[in-house]
Amino acid sequence: MQTHDKPQLKAEARNLNFYYGEAKALKNINMPIYDKKVTALIGPSGCGKSTYLRSFNRMHDLYPGNRYEGEIRFYPDNTNLLSPEVDPIEVRMRVGMVFQKPNPFPKTIYENVAYGLRVRGESNKRILDEKVEQALRGAAIWEEVKDRLQDLAPNLSGGQQQRLCIARALATDPELLLFDEPTSALDPIATGAIEELVHELKKRVTILIVTHNMQQAARVSDYTAYMYLGEMIEFGKTDEIFIKPNDKRTEDYITGRMG
Amino acid sequence: MQPMTTEQIRVLIARGKLKDTVFQALGIICLAIGLLVIFLLVGDMLMRGLDRLNLEFFTEFASRRASQSGILSAWVGTLLVMLVTAAAAVPLGVAAGIYLEEYAKRNWITDIIEINITNLAAVPSIVYGLLALGIFVYTFGFGQSILSAGLTLALLILPIVIVATREAIRAIPSMIREGSMAVGATRWQTCRYHIIPYAMPGILTGVIIGLARAIGETAPIITIGALTFIAFLPPVPFTATGMDGASAGLFDWVMSPFTVMPIQIFNWTSRPDPAFEVNAAAAGFVLMGMVLSMNAVAIWLRYRMRKNIKW
Amino acid sequence: MSANSASDLPQVSDRLAKNAMRHVSERLIESVLFAAAAVSVLTTIGIVYVLVTESIHFFQNVSIVEFLTDTQWTPLFDDAHYGIMVLISGTLVSSGVALAVAIPMGTIIAIYLSEFANPKVREVAKPVLELLGGIPTIVFGYFALLIVTPLLQKIFPELPGFSLLSAGLVMGIMIVPYIASLSEDAMRAVPMSMREGSYAMGATKLYTAIHVVVPAAVSGLAASYILGISRAVGETMILAVAAGMQPNLTWNPMEPAATITSYIVQVALGDLPHGSIGYQTIFAAGLTLLLITLLFNILGQWLRRRFREAY
Repeated sequence: MQTHDKPQLKAEARNLNFYYGEAKALKNINMPIYDKKVTALIGPSGCGKSTYLRSFNRMHDLYPGNRYEGEIRFYPDNTNLLSPEVDPIEVRMRVGMVFQKPNPFPKTIYENVAYGLRVRGESNKRILDEKVEQALRGAAIWEEVKDRLQDLAPNLSGGQQQRLCIARALATDPELLLFDEPTSALDPIATGAIEELVHELKKRVTILIVTHNMQQAARVSDYTAYMYLGEMIEFGKTDEIFIKPNDKRTEDYITGRMG
Repeated sequence: MQPMTTEQIRVLIARGKLKDTVFQALGIICLAIGLLVIFLLVGDMLMRGLDRLNLEFFTEFASRRASQSGILSAWVGTLLVMLVTAAAAVPLGVAAGIYLEEYAKRNWITDIIEINITNLAAVPSIVYGLLALGIFVYTFGFGQSILSAGLTLALLILPIVIVATREAIRAIPSMIREGSMAVGATRWQTCRYHIIPYAMPGILTGVIIGLARAIGETAPIITIGALTFIAFLPPVPFTATGMDGASAGLFDWVMSPFTVMPIQIFNWTSRPDPAFEVNAAAAGFVLMGMVLSMNAVAIWLRYRMRKNIKW
Repeated sequence: MSANSASDLPQVSDRLAKNAMRHVSERLIESVLFAAAAVSVLTTIGIVYVLVTESIHFFQNVSIVEFLTDTQWTPLFDDAHYGIMVLISGTLVSSGVALAVAIPMGTIIAIYLSEFANPKVREVAKPVLELLGGIPTIVFGYFALLIVTPLLQKIFPELPGFSLLSAGLVMGIMIVPYIASLSEDAMRAVPMSMREGSYAMGATKLYTAIHVVVPAAVSGLAASYILGISRAVGETMILAVAAGMQPNLTWNPMEPAATITSYIVQVALGDLPHGSIGYQTIFAAGLTLLLITLLFNILGQWLRRRFREAY
């Protein structure tokens, strides 16, 4: 159904500005996010890529003094995620997130994955069991933990914890999944497993991933955006961005002359 | 589970937010109860005791007649006991704090001392009274004196002073220590000229909080057997004492019998005659005034400290 | 240099001598500081020594079985009975009432301050709590006897003038600040990333607080509860003033009863000769109190190890 040339839009930033108090952290960002694709955000640290990512699930609303301008349109219903009329909780129920450092809750493996379902009021044991298994399988960790679902999640290894966090996010079938440098705290083997997983997941869900590792962006993403000092410098298909970037600054960054 | 409709999700969120609001109200109510108790207490004591809160109340001894009773011996006793407490607890507590932060090596002796200090903080105050009764009153023969009481309360607040000292020292960045040592100062010189002065506000806060706690302590002082009816003051140094006309020594007062504010209040609240309730209220108001103002000073000091110090 | 070497020599040795002196005085100072730190250990040893030796004398006269199983406590009567359960029942009932107030209230306040309140509210609320915690217990006793008991008698007309209920409720209010403050510290130590994880799943504040923050801070909460229990069990003056001091084996908070602590006060108020069996009972009671406190603290340590922070 989806053609290779014209993928469908899942979300779109329009004239997005963001302020931490007085400081302007994002400057007039316009960018599409395509459905069931992986979009990578790259750029030197402090360029605003995490700030941008965290706008998609209104994470900034947790702290006082933060302010958005502009829109993030979410499709197919064409909702503006940033509209003051839209409850951030409603946004977060549709947009999942995986954090930089694995942050499993101090609960059992099972309860970690069931967390989002319980938040949504689900208490039917059969449904929970089924969804938990599905999500753990989806995050490629089922085989490792199926016999110890009642163990405490923080006892897992770092890589397992991160896959558990992915399972936790998957369990509620989000439409968009945000990854904030998900492998920066992991060793190369665990990193490889997560990357493979991201590749697998895009069949089911749209993915936006921040990474400081350009090889990672090249390996996992379909589209790449290069950000610098709060601005979106360049957006395009990953192959094109990496092979012949249009902007000199993108080229400098990719070829390692800066950052 | 069927995917939820937007409507369902909104209902769910509304319900969750309602719970948030209800809980928030509950939290404010609980806090308000605390505040209410303070107001109720202070207000009640002030209203009840207002008649007695005049100058004579402070200059008269306790008496069998409620309307003529005053708190002279009580407030003088409290002041003197606090003097002994501070004189014992401050040097001991600060020295112990400095030792643990600046000198102690990581070994089992240090571990024992640290565990011990934590555990002492959880020991009921009346147990200190029993310790004092056995050791200070009978073994050392200090009797039921200001000295016994002051030392007992000093032991009681020692953990508070030690912990405050350690926290104040720990807040000093190590570069100050290294800077001093680098120019050849010894460990003690570093402490004497750098660590102690910088830690002083923090230590002072701890000392005030400790003394505010000690000033209100009743149980340990009753336990050492302090009399509750005292109609005389401890001897003033170098003045003639009543009996034989001999001059009192500089430190004779420390061995004197005494009473303190909380014991006076306890005495008055446990009288069946309601006329003494008025005295208890007035004395309670004065004691609250002392304790609250000491705490307020400590809180203010800490607030100022947090504002001023930028390393 | 070499030309002056002769005249340099005495200077050098002077400095060496001074260095050696410095070394000696440094060691001396270290020893003094260590001695100060050791005082806290001596305090513990003193407490155990006094309680145990006097209790041994006591148990030479009274068997441990009688002490633990007798249902009467009348050590000062001709027909003397020494059933500590009588006092323990009063202690447990009053503590139970106090904790039934303090644990929910303290926890709610802690959650509110740590998860809901904006920083300004927190900055005001914490000192208010501290002031509440600093009120002398004798004043709380006055509050229980003269304000809370009459109020409660309007609800329960059959409530006597002295009761465990009234004393326990006020004890609860007294303990709230300890539990609230320690619990809040524990919850604020939970990393923000944990909360973000929960919010990102669409959870509300209360849901996050109850399902993520509280479980993550559970060992700190347990520690605060244990401290609350220690305070309740060891509290003396509120009970001595408002709960009546007659020994009464009861589990009904509506009745008056003596507790371990108020019994000690009662005996200390009288004039018992040093070394008499009546004198020894307060040490046996004190030892029991200390053991109960210790028991709860060991339980607390165990709980802490069992539920170590998972972050």
